[in-house]
Formats: sequence, structure tokens, C-alpha cells
Amino acid sequence: MKKYSAFSLVRNALSHNTKWPQAWRKPKPRRRYDALVVGGGGHGLATAYYLAKEHGMRNIAVLEKGWIGGGNTGRNTTIVRSNYLWTEAALLYEKSMQLWEGLSQELNYNVMFSQRGVYNLGHTLQDMRDIERRVGANRLNGIDAEVVGPEEIKKAIPLINTSDDARYPILGASLQRRGGVARHDAVAWGFARAADRLGVDIIEQCEVTGIRREGNKVTGVETSRGTIEAPRVGVVVAGNAGVLAGMAGLRLPVESHPLQAFVSEPLKPVLDTVVMSGAVHGYISQSDKGELVIGAGIDAYLGYGQRGSFPTIEHTMEAILELFPALSRVRMLRLWGGIVDVCPDACPIIGKTDIDGLYFNCGWGTGGFKATPGSGWVFAHTIARDAPHELNAPFSLERFVTGALIDEHGAAAVAH
Amino acid sequence: MLLIDCPWCGARAESEFSYGGEAGIVRPADPDALSDAEWADYLFFRKNPRGVHEELWNHAQGCRRWFGVERDTVTYRIARSFVLADGPAGEGG
Repeated sequence: MKKYSAFSLVRNALSHNTKWPQAWRKPKPRRRYDALVVGGGGHGLATAYYLAKEHGMRNIAVLEKGWIGGGNTGRNTTIVRSNYLWTEAALLYEKSMQLWEGLSQELNYNVMFSQRGVYNLGHTLQDMRDIERRVGANRLNGIDAEVVGPEEIKKAIPLINTSDDARYPILGASLQRRGGVARHDAVAWGFARAADRLGVDIIEQCEVTGIRREGNKVTGVETSRGTIEAPRVGVVVAGNAGVLAGMAGLRLPVESHPLQAFVSEPLKPVLDTVVMSGAVHGYISQSDKGELVIGAGIDAYLGYGQRGSFPTIEHTMEAILELFPALSRVRMLRLWGGIVDVCPDACPIIGKTDIDGLYFNCGWGTGGFKATPGSGWVFAHTIARDAPHELNAPFSLERFVTGALIDEHGAAAVAH
Repeated sequence: MLLIDCPWCGARAESEFSYGGEAGIVRPADPDALSDAEWADYLFFRKNPRGVHEELWNHAQGCRRWFGVERDTVTYRIARSFVLADGPAGEGG
């Protein structure tokens, strides 16, 4: 597998881009691996990459029922930030942020990580108190954060409506300058290619249909392409974690909901940062192609259908127009839904289960994309050492029994 | 848009209703006797099925009464509505 470089760009341009090698192999599944990662989204591929790179486990495979990046990795609104309130969550997302900052070089793949800043707006006095508190908490944890007022917001984002007569006037915002966006497809492809270079087998079109056990020990999985043995199985399947847990006889405290996202027709550059609002509940950025990338809240009811309902679409548009009335004539080009596993405390579950050799990484709710590298990094550690890293130890399944919840519902800059 | 059949008002648009989660969860009769694991199960753990789901809905913009709906979570097709006094299939409502 050749390294990508400016030189390779020129050389391939001269051959009219017909000689680029395949980015990753399409291997047949072997009968046995040292470890399996179920789920070929960003988190699963990152897990495999760090298992191979940090822990020297090369005889491993990623099993993906569809194609790489076809699930939530390619369905989110690509926002990256680490301004979470509680220390446990802040440190986990900040680890991820630090990995993002070197990711393109690390993977030799341009993931188009753009630290254009993330504004989390406040519309009420209580919003502003919460923002002050969160910014203070972030700074104590070494995470960049500042409070900005309406004038500063208007200066940075001329399109936004900061007038006093807005129904939900903008009183201020928190700003994380290191936050931003990344190209989500490139993240999946970059991790896939980098993992493949380290010898990881990435097996697409391979759906896990059962988890094999001997007593209390995992021995492998049943798949649509036959039985594959492995003493360690890590499950990272956003949206279907409960289904996979059911195969192992486990219950999870997650509920699966559709979360919709939208892109508009391409516009000239109008927004060079990320704007989020918990109170009117919407978030927006502009892609390099010029499309506005828009998201909001989950559909209230359970759903696995990868599509949502019209009232949610209407609500999302209302929220964006409250902030940006000037966009009222912009047409939406596409919309879609992804299935998110929501935990009661809006924090993920990353850790061991009661079954030896079976690990779960799930429940990221609406905010998993930003955590992609960090999630893979701590989950690889958990699988390789059979013990959680100190960063993900608080995110165990047991916390729902002990009561040590990490309540980021509403605390984490947006309502979930 | 779901068309939800309120047992009292008839079929109405989804936007008139609010969702109440899994149906048939019974409040513990003797809370003091519950272990931590049983409390966790009651508070946090849900069936979350990929398929048929019995769930609570409230006709918030109408008669404001609670009732049950049996809905498929993949196709979103609604099979039936039921009055909670009659109970979801096989469980006390």
C-alpha cells in the first residue's frame, strides 16, 4: 500500500488518476482471529487501528454488515468539540480532540479536520449561567473555552439574528475555538486504510447473526459468511447495540431513536464556524461544497427505520430560521436519518460485560462522531488489556446499578 | 407522519401526541425490598426491540389521556391501540 503524498498526487494526475491502488483489501474471512471488532463505522475502524498500532494485535478483523461508513459515520453533522461539563466526559472527549488534531498526519489521509470554532448559544439568563459554569469547568479541565457576548457573536457570524426582538434573543455563547468539523467519510476511509496497512482484515457485507459462547466465555461469532472464531469480541454497532446484546443474552439501558440531518443546496460561503443552540435546538455549519449542514433533536419514539418524521423536520427548520431568518428561502437538498442509541445519562457505555471476552462500546446517543478517535483508542485498550483505561473506566455498564451516572443530559452544551 | 388511533378521539396526526416510552412497566410494589440491580432494571433497562413494540402515547393536544400503541419499530406501522385498563398483551398495565 503506497503512502499518499504530494508526489503521488502529481504522478497519478499524469496517468489521469487511473492507477490509484485500492485503499484497503477485500479479504475473505479467516476461520480464526485473535480479536474481532463488530461494526465497521468510524468507532469500530478506529478500535481496530489502535489495537494494531498501540497494542500490536495484527491478527484481527472488523466485521461490517453493510459497507464502510454507511451507517452513522456517514450520517452525522460532523461536529467536533470537547466542551462537556462533567470531568469524566470532558477528559474522554478531550482525548479525542487531541487525537483529531494530529489525525490526518497519523493516518496519512486528509480527514479535512477544520478547527473553525463551535459556538453554543445562550438565550435565557439560565442558559448564560449554565454556559458560565460549563466554561469554568472546561478551563479547570484544561479545555479551551470562553464566554462571548452578542456583539462578538454578530461580528463573527454576520448572518445571525442578534436583535433584541427575536423570540429567543441571543444573550451570549460559549466558544470553543479548537472545535470544528471533519469530513466524516474520510474519517472512516482513513481509519480503514490505515488499519488495513497494519494487517487488519476489513470484511464488508458480513452481518453478525449470533455470538458464540462456551460457558461464560466468548468463542466467536456466527455471521452471514460463516462462523468466525475469536477469544475476544468488541461490539461497536451504533443503533443496533441492543440487538447484538440480545444475541449474547444481555440487556442494555439504551433506547434506539432516529436522528435526522439535512443539507441544503450549495450556497456561497456564509458561515465559517459552527453554531449550536440548545434552547431553540438546532445546529448548523457550512461544508466546503457550500451546503448548509443542519441537525437537531431525535425523534421522540423508538425507531430502527433510519428515517424520521415530518414534525421533527419542521421543528428543525423553525429552529434554524429563528437563528438565521435570512435563510428562509434556502431549499433543502437531502435529508436522512441515522439510528442513535441513547443512554439514560446521555453518556456512552465502554467496557467489559459479564461475559469473558465480550466488550461493548455503545450508547453514544447523538454525539458519537466527535469521539471517533478517542472512542477507538480507549476501546482498543479495553480489549487488549481486558481492562478499561482510566479514561473510560467511569463509563462502565455497572454505573446504572451503582448510580454513578455521568449526567450530560442538558449539561453538554446542547439538549440531547 | 404517523397516524395514531386515540381510543377516545379516533385517528389523529402524530403531532398531537407525545411519546411515553415502553408500556407495561410496573412500579415496584415494595420498593424497600428491591436490590440495586432490580432498581436499575426498573429505572433504566428497556426492551428496545427491533420489531413489535408496545408503547405509551398521550393525546397531549386532544383529550390528554394516556393509552397504549403496538407499533413496529422498523416499518413504523401501527398495528393497534389499546386502553391501558385492558393492559398490554400478557402484562398488567
